Amino acid sequence: MAGTEWEPKIVAFCCNWCSYGGADTAGMGRFQQPSSLRIIRVMCSGRIDPMHVFNAFLEGADAVLVTGCHLGDCHYVNGNYKAQVRYQFLEEMVRELGLEPERLQLNWISASEGEKFANFIRDVTAQIKQLGPSPLKPEGVN
Amino acid sequence: MVKESSVKETEAADTPRIGVFVCECGVNIGGVVNCRAVADYASTLPNVATSVVNKYACSDAGQSEIKQAIKDHDLNRVLVASCTPKTHEPIFRACVEEGGLNPYLFEFVNIREHCSWIHMQDKENATKKASELVRMGVSRAQLLEPLQSTVVPVTNKALVIGAGVAGMQAALDIADMGYKVYLVEKNPSIGGKMAQLDKTFPTNDCSICILGPKMVEVSRNRNIQLMTYSEVEEVEGYVGNFRARVRHKSRFVDVTTCTGCGSCVQKCPIEVPDFEFNEGIGTRKAIYVPFPQAVPLRAVVDRSVCIDCGACIKACQSHSIKMEQEETFSDLEVGVIVVTTGYDIYDPEPANDFGYGIYDNVITGMELERLLNASGPTMGKLVRPSDVKPPKRVGFIQCVGSRDKKRNRYCSGFCCMYALKDAQLIKEKYPDSEVYIMYMDIRAPFRNYEEFYDRARDMGIKFIRGKPGKVSEDRDNSVIVRVEDTLTNNIYNLELDLLVLSVGAVASESSERVRQLLKVSRAADGFMMEAHPKLKPVDTTLDGIFIGGVTQGPKDIPYSVSQGSACAARATRYLAQGKATTEGITVEVDEDICVGCGICVPMCPFQALSLADGKLAIIKALCKGCGTCAVACPTGALQQSHFKNQQLFAQVRSVFTFEGE
Ligand code: FES
Repeated sequence: MAGTEWEPKIVAFCCNWCSYGGADTAGMGRFQQPSSLRIIRVMCSGRIDPMHVFNAFLEGADAVLVTGCHLGDCHYVNGNYKAQVRYQFLEEMVRELGLEPERLQLNWISASEGEKFANFIRDVTAQIKQLGPSPLKPEGVN
Repeated sequence: MVKESSVKETEAADTPRIGVFVCECGVNIGGVVNCRAVADYASTLPNVATSVVNKYACSDAGQSEIKQAIKDHDLNRVLVASCTPKTHEPIFRACVEEGGLNPYLFEFVNIREHCSWIHMQDKENATKKASELVRMGVSRAQLLEPLQSTVVPVTNKALVIGAGVAGMQAALDIADMGYKVYLVEKNPSIGGKMAQLDKTFPTNDCSICILGPKMVEVSRNRNIQLMTYSEVEEVEGYVGNFRARVRHKSRFVDVTTCTGCGSCVQKCPIEVPDFEFNEGIGTRKAIYVPFPQAVPLRAVVDRSVCIDCGACIKACQSHSIKMEQEETFSDLEVGVIVVTTGYDIYDPEPANDFGYGIYDNVITGMELERLLNASGPTMGKLVRPSDVKPPKRVGFIQCVGSRDKKRNRYCSGFCCMYALKDAQLIKEKYPDSEVYIMYMDIRAPFRNYEEFYDRARDMGIKFIRGKPGKVSEDRDNSVIVRVEDTLTNNIYNLELDLLVLSVGAVASESSERVRQLLKVSRAADGFMMEAHPKLKPVDTTLDGIFIGGVTQGPKDIPYSVSQGSACAARATRYLAQGKATTEGITVEVDEDICVGCGICVPMCPFQALSLADGKLAIIKALCKGCGTCAVACPTGALQQSHFKNQQLFAQVRSVFTFEGE
């Protein structure tokens, strides 16, 4: 790895109907992004379990993104509202763990917002590069 | 009903034998990602029985290779690393099913949209990332379980929302194929925007003359139940089994006895501007018949301005006026829904574009349509608003509200053509008039459209390529437009009697309401989004729901009519088959672990969960598989199939490696 710049590992939970599609649209539009992102597809942001987010940090994620449809647009009526409530709990957790708030982010991105998705990934990656590896990352994990 | 499965029984507990297929997608992936290296890496992962590169995994040859490999290597899981599940998952699921596996034992890894296309300049990292994505997929694939999709019956009726020309076409086609259609229209008459137009391009035939007979056809068709002045309030259910609640607003007129004779209208003393049909030019009464060709030809009372004088009641010989009439509701059961809710005309007033709303003689294209129309408020006599005199000099400004970063970026498509048409109509009626069109580009792409443009030039209509800057007003209310002709570099101060803004289409509020009700995706331009921009132009991502006409984005009449027919054809497939297959992904409960706490029950927006005798009961047909309830379960008894905790944990864990691994 000597000589190459450190690339963080960012885990994004994406809902099938919106943000996952947003990532697809970013690809179709060839919006270039850093290679830091690893997407976990779920059917709805309502499926994003705080336990999984917490676990992603413990496994070594430098940042975790919670994403879904715009409020009012959830394919399953209101899963994203539930995700929002759970996210507030996660924010608290991140604070208590002493993690920088930038390491956990929430964003509503529709399937048509490819450029927004790409900009989001670029921004988060730049922020995390500034911060360096997550203090929770276990020793020896890439 | 559980689908009989011809596929071999794979138990979740069987030792996984995974086949990995890395697709090059020609150069789309292969030009950036070293697919060979990815496949080689995958072959070192646990339980991978075979790992190969395909040129095009989704092609016939690619799919045959996958099916052959299932046999040759006795595979019980298949992983394809290629494009997006949003378009290709159904194809590969069907492929592995043909190969003898349960379709849910297939794992999709996206290395095109999420890798090669976004790391085009960084081949090394793209290859590394693709390998890691495959590693994540392999870990998940180990834990995939066979699922059964459910075949549900389809109610053989359709709901069409919006009775403009696209919706009318859709309803007629479905009805002619032999199915019952509920056609719901929010306005008192069907016909939509097309009913307001004077003539239609490129033939200049009268709009209502071609639309009117179609409107009558709709009202006469025995399979169509027309619900005008009605709005869809609630929709629930899923493909084949939608339930919709429709609100019938009160007209305060009994439509079964009213004859549309208009005697009530004559007697009504209240006169207000007619915004509904005449764009605020001219007036209508508090009780009115929308327009002479309205279907149904029935009166309607605008209670917001009615003074309850009772004059209409006295005038009506059929005793049809019912001021105490209340709104009613219908609950419909339908198998498919077609959305043709149309659009709004861009409103230049809030921003006072080109002086609109400030200067009397600046009007919109739709206002001009009404002024040119023989049955319009001026009986087709073109006059300018300030002094009701015929204008000698008329100018059009194109792309108002469209192709403008501050307004809407998209092209509305039809404004060039309608300006060319209206300019010709003015020239025909008033050969001495001067007509100018100020444009950025003229877009005239279909049959006889370019020829129509040529004709306009031949008629002496003057074209100035340039977007005007300042618009001001003279003492006699003439409008002065300052515009640079970018072809000749001349700057003109055009003095005009009438300035017409060629305004485009915007997504309408009522469409947006329906969109949110149905949960159809919204495109960046605000219109509804189709399932695939090329291959599924009228489908949505929701099975059984289709979109057509300007609901999906600006388009002209022939294109809207085509989409109406397309919606009918796509929707009727379900009605004709009488059955639909729903997703196998649902929530499952492990009864040994469930303590019957009931925390999950209110989480479900579809009422699929309930507690019976201290145990959780799941109605699978209602479950849509979102997984929200599973997160709420405190014991882990409730799991979303295909997205179980273990499956997600495994996927997240394999994002990372230990040094030296
Ligand atoms: S489906 Fe996207 S947030 Fe629920």
